[in-house]
Amino acid sequence: MSNRTDSNVYTVLFAIGMVVVVGALLAFTASSLKGKITQNVELEKQQNILYAMGVNENDESSAVFVNKEEAPELFSKYIKQQLVIENGNVKEDNKAYLLDIKKDKALAGGDASKRHLPLFVGEKEGQTLYVIPIYGKGLWDAIWGYVSVDENMVVQGAYFDHKGETPGLGANIKERYFMDDFIGEHLLDASGNFKGIEISKSNADPENKDKEDNEVDAIAGATITGNGVGAMIKSDLALYVPYFKNLNK
Amino acid sequence: MGLLSKKDAKLITDPLADNNPITIQVLGICSALAITAQLKASIVMALSVMAVLGIGNVVISLMRNIIPSKIRIIVQLVVVAALVIIVDQVLKAFSYELSKTLSVFVGLIITNCIIMGRFEAFALGNGPWKSFLDGVGNAAGYGLILIIVGFFRELLGSGTLLGFKVLGDSVKKTGLYAIGYENNGFMLLSPMALIVVGIIIWVQRSRNKALIED
Repeated sequence: MSNRTDSNVYTVLFAIGMVVVVGALLAFTASSLKGKITQNVELEKQQNILYAMGVNENDESSAVFVNKEEAPELFSKYIKQQLVIENGNVKEDNKAYLLDIKKDKALAGGDASKRHLPLFVGEKEGQTLYVIPIYGKGLWDAIWGYVSVDENMVVQGAYFDHKGETPGLGANIKERYFMDDFIGEHLLDASGNFKGIEISKSNADPENKDKEDNEVDAIAGATITGNGVGAMIKSDLALYVPYFKNLNK
Repeated sequence: MGLLSKKDAKLITDPLADNNPITIQVLGICSALAITAQLKASIVMALSVMAVLGIGNVVISLMRNIIPSKIRIIVQLVVVAALVIIVDQVLKAFSYELSKTLSVFVGLIITNCIIMGRFEAFALGNGPWKSFLDGVGNAAGYGLILIIVGFFRELLGSGTLLGFKVLGDSVKKTGLYAIGYENNGFMLLSPMALIVVGIIIWVQRSRNKALIED
């Protein structure tokens, strides 16, 4: 290395130049791709909601969404109503699927009456399904998902996703064998009180034959991610219990 | 060391065995523990690191005469982080599904010590073509170990390979499970990756005594 690059002036100038060049490059990439990325994110939300309703292209073992191009059309076909529940008042809002739950949670600051709760009422093969978004935290970062239930809060489908769980372990919450376990599982206990679904390591029921035990089998090596899934189901779905109580009156 | 040999081919083949980044240089151990619970994740990580290390090595090599030595580590970090983020953004816009699969690896790639290690040890002192070969070769050596570890961890831990149930169904008790075989859940946890890497190091050094340090 030559002496020229050792001088302090050169070092400082190089650092400044590098920051400007790299910063400009990243800013340019981010702003020029922003529109397309936002569009992809929105389409994905529609795909997720449809997936939880059972509208998907699953093959034998892997989870496959409906085609991205067809998502908006299918979304308007299957989703009959998009609702936002605010302190017990139900409003219709056809942009409800874009509501940022993380932000809403933060703004409400633990006060459930300040929350804006999106709810998607869908219809598939004559059955009315209610799709509810959930949001929580796993081991490393955020986890979220959509759960579809019938009017008795029995799960009809679930989709989970994550930002940065460990590949091969916690990341498996978005695998079929885990998500499919929730189908048919009850969220209420025998006496009709909300109980949620626990991700259990000790239920001795790996095939999940008992659908009324409020438990599904955990993933080995992914305890904290699994607990996170259980926690977000419990905290977020509980907020919708009054709506369903009302519905069944 | 063979690494500085005139033959370009050695730049590729050396890191596969006698100068393997994981088993000999002991670089990139952290990510090797983290993502080898399944074979598929190991393969994805191996390919991602190969792309980033190959391109990153070329960029650093082209800049090697203008990088101030006092801040060279920071410069290397900026280069690799910028590269990975740009690729991630482009994938998000044009191949969203692929980017979802790779997004969990992004953090692991930027902080992977094998990348900084090769920038520092090779690209700063060699031309772009040689650096490219060195990057690809080291990433291949790294990927090879990842795939071996991933193979054994998935096979013994979950009884599957790339998701296929090669040993039978552990829930329905078919195949090997019918005669009482059980998956070793311990294989899914990180400590077992360290032990598998240790066994590979042991096998390698017992076959090639020249690798044993005093």
